[in-house]
Amino acid sequence: MDILKVRDAADVEQVVRAALANEQPLEIIGHGSKRQIGQPTATNAVLDLSALNAVTSYEPNELIITVGAGAPLADVLSLIDSKNQHFAFEPMNPAALLGSGSDAGTIGGMLAAGLAGPRRIKDGGARDHLLGAHAVSGFGDSFKTGGRVVKNVTGYDLCKLLSGSWGTLAVMTEVTIKVMPRPECQRTLVLRGLDDIEAVRAMTAALGSPFDVSGVAHVPASSLRASDGALAALGAPQTALTLFRLEGITASAEHRAVSLTKMLAAFGAAETVSDDLSAPLWQAVRDVSPFAAAGRLGAWPVWRIVCPPAAGGRFGQALAHETGGEVLYDWGGGLIWAALPPAPDAHAALVRQRVEAVGGHATLIRGSEAIRQSIDVFQPQQSGVAALARRVKNSFDPKHILNRGRMMREAAT
Amino acid sequence: MTIMMPAADEAVLQRKDSIVAALRQIVPGEGVISSAAEMLPYESDGLTAYRQPPMVVVLPDTTEQVSQVLRYCHDNGIKVVPRGSGTSLSGGALPLADAVLLGLGKFKRIREIDFENRAVVTEPGVTNLAISQAVAHAGFYYAPDPSSQIACSIGGNIAENSGGVHCLKYGMTTNNVLGCEIVLITGEILRIGGKTAESAGYDLMGIITGSEGLLGVVTEITVRILQKPETARALMIGFPEVEAAGECVAKVIGAGIIPGGMEMMDKPAIHAAEAFVHAGYPLDVEALLIVELDGPSVEVDELIKRVEAIALGCGSTTCQISTSEQERALFWAGRKAAFPAVGRISPDYLCMDGTIPRGQLPLVLRRMQEMSAKHNLRVANVFHAGDGNLHPLILYDANQPGEIERAEAFGADILKLCVEVGGVLTGEHGVGIEKRDLMPEMFSDIDLAQQQRLKCAFDTQGLLNPGKVFPTLHRCAELGRMHVHGGKLAFPELPRF
Repeated sequence: MDILKVRDAADVEQVVRAALANEQPLEIIGHGSKRQIGQPTATNAVLDLSALNAVTSYEPNELIITVGAGAPLADVLSLIDSKNQHFAFEPMNPAALLGSGSDAGTIGGMLAAGLAGPRRIKDGGARDHLLGAHAVSGFGDSFKTGGRVVKNVTGYDLCKLLSGSWGTLAVMTEVTIKVMPRPECQRTLVLRGLDDIEAVRAMTAALGSPFDVSGVAHVPASSLRASDGALAALGAPQTALTLFRLEGITASAEHRAVSLTKMLAAFGAAETVSDDLSAPLWQAVRDVSPFAAAGRLGAWPVWRIVCPPAAGGRFGQALAHETGGEVLYDWGGGLIWAALPPAPDAHAALVRQRVEAVGGHATLIRGSEAIRQSIDVFQPQQSGVAALARRVKNSFDPKHILNRGRMMREAAT
Repeated sequence: MTIMMPAADEAVLQRKDSIVAALRQIVPGEGVISSAAEMLPYESDGLTAYRQPPMVVVLPDTTEQVSQVLRYCHDNGIKVVPRGSGTSLSGGALPLADAVLLGLGKFKRIREIDFENRAVVTEPGVTNLAISQAVAHAGFYYAPDPSSQIACSIGGNIAENSGGVHCLKYGMTTNNVLGCEIVLITGEILRIGGKTAESAGYDLMGIITGSEGLLGVVTEITVRILQKPETARALMIGFPEVEAAGECVAKVIGAGIIPGGMEMMDKPAIHAAEAFVHAGYPLDVEALLIVELDGPSVEVDELIKRVEAIALGCGSTTCQISTSEQERALFWAGRKAAFPAVGRISPDYLCMDGTIPRGQLPLVLRRMQEMSAKHNLRVANVFHAGDGNLHPLILYDANQPGEIERAEAFGADILKLCVEVGGVLTGEHGVGIEKRDLMPEMFSDIDLAQQQRLKCAFDTQGLLNPGKVFPTLHRCAELGRMHVHGGKLAFPELPRF
């Protein structure tokens, strides 16, 4: 395996051009923390961006940071934390879920994967926070898109395409990301013992309230069994947890917690958990701790299912029932994590059939290489959309040099 | 009139009668307009300095008709200019002499309101404000609020990725749209996204939003709706210097406060607005800030205090805090009427739309004063201060020979300055024709080639809205050509392990 550790954007350009001349596909990595996600890429050459790790500029008053794509996410998070700022989309750290150590990976990987956490319902995803990028296309050309300001409609918004494209369109080398003030305080309301359908009803009510909830999640009792950490401790002994997060200045979060508690009275008496005890709960939801690779369900494949939120309860309950699997709900039911018992196709046929019926889509996030080789990891799209997506891919990378086959299965060449 | 549009294709013009007849087969009755008098309302959009009658206007009322019109145009090599309400300020809907103007005005039905999933499914001709009105009874609204919201269509908002005064906190159109039905120039009908927070695969919705009608024609849109904040209050703060106002904006953001809206006006804009709506604006200040806080009243009251203290620390000389909805509306009245107010003191004005890093505001305003002297034209500034989006209004008189050219040159200088200080050419109005020829100030040939390749993925013949956004048209075959650079995958100089 060739590992090409580039030093700067010019190196990236050179490597891609050489790869192009040789029709040699490249796997693009930062720290490689999410390499187990996606279809296995057919290549023996790796372009390693981890040395592009500089913080070019950080301007807290402008609410922006510009960094190399290889900058470690953990370092960048602690830098902006020192100014009481954060990435509002709450990027997930999938390391524990994948069993790939504890490294949260790089900024480039965070954007390419676009895995947003619980606050997505309020503040959007990675795609809503990437303001500008320098990147190298599969033509071997360095280009830039977007800018360094929040409000910008100059030209096509290629940042949206690059976010969540898993490195299949272009190699990002430097990016400008919006940062936001970190809320002063947080309160989490906890309801116990709701079934999935009641829980989604309660979450729908909260999301339809003016109380500005910034997280709504439900963990069924069976998903907590034998897991450890903050969620399991709160849920002991084995009661389902429905969580509602309120953030902001203290007086406001407290006021809204009281109002929301009243509104949810029909679903039960909510307990309130504050700041230091609240934050680990949401980190556990974000990183899907109950399904961690080191836990009881570590050997089970894990799906990430996005669906219309109000449909989530019925969908999740039926899926768990039919497969004997476990589910966890985030985004008020709009995001379902499902750990399903081992099966040759990881239950792909069933999951896909069900998710299409509710207008959602599913991605296999954890699965063996053999399974990922044999099924579509990402949701297959309707033929016209799939054809358009292929034309979009070709407009950036006509020879499929970059992460060949990672998002869309293609015939080996 | 310095912007050239692509030359009309004589061969197409000669086929006009047969084209009109073919379109009438697809869209019966009054849906096809070809008489010069009836096409008059369509010859311009919000950028009124430019006018051009189209070859023919088509107003379909079903997706199937849109599909058939586009397929016909595609198969016959005829250009198409899509149009919503025609309120674009950048000339995005300016017709071409040899093109079909495709109006979506008949698509004005809201198809579904889904409170449980906090989504509205609507046709593109529905106005921005009508969506908010349709869900207001349940306490919901659609957040992006461009100043033209009473008239502009949601389809046009998608095309332009429209903003508004509240987008600092609630995002632009792109942050509030979930899905769409889009018809490609081939007539193919695709569904992108839906009632889900994210769509599968590449974020095609993200690229369609803000594509200025160059990628496809949107025939249905799913937007997300939000609960209205419990309450909103505004501060109206006057400063003796623009610098102090700019510092106040930076410090509010720096203190971790994201107001619902934060607007600035300079002296000429304040005077024009006050003379027009009598909002009680102070006339002895150089800059006026309107800061709106929204949320639960306990939060709003607390943040009002914090903002007031910051303003005092920055040397504010007047500060009024709204105590009622009427008073809050009055504070906003002058700002919202700033454009027509300036229209009263000048026969014509050009509205610019650059964005700059907030910290560069004092420098940019100073340089703008120098430019005003150089071009011998007055300028008034309104400014979405929170997100750095400037709207300089250049005052001119189209009846004076040479003034529009001077105004356009002044505008170009302002936008170049925006780019020079780290900003961009357009924050919310779009490139259209207005800023098309300035694109090279911000993007290299390579940057633009990549954008145009993406256009080719949607429209290989370049038939949709040609002459907009890109200063130079290239054939797709030319853009797709690979430059095979020599080299082997050896790279002895690169570290490896």
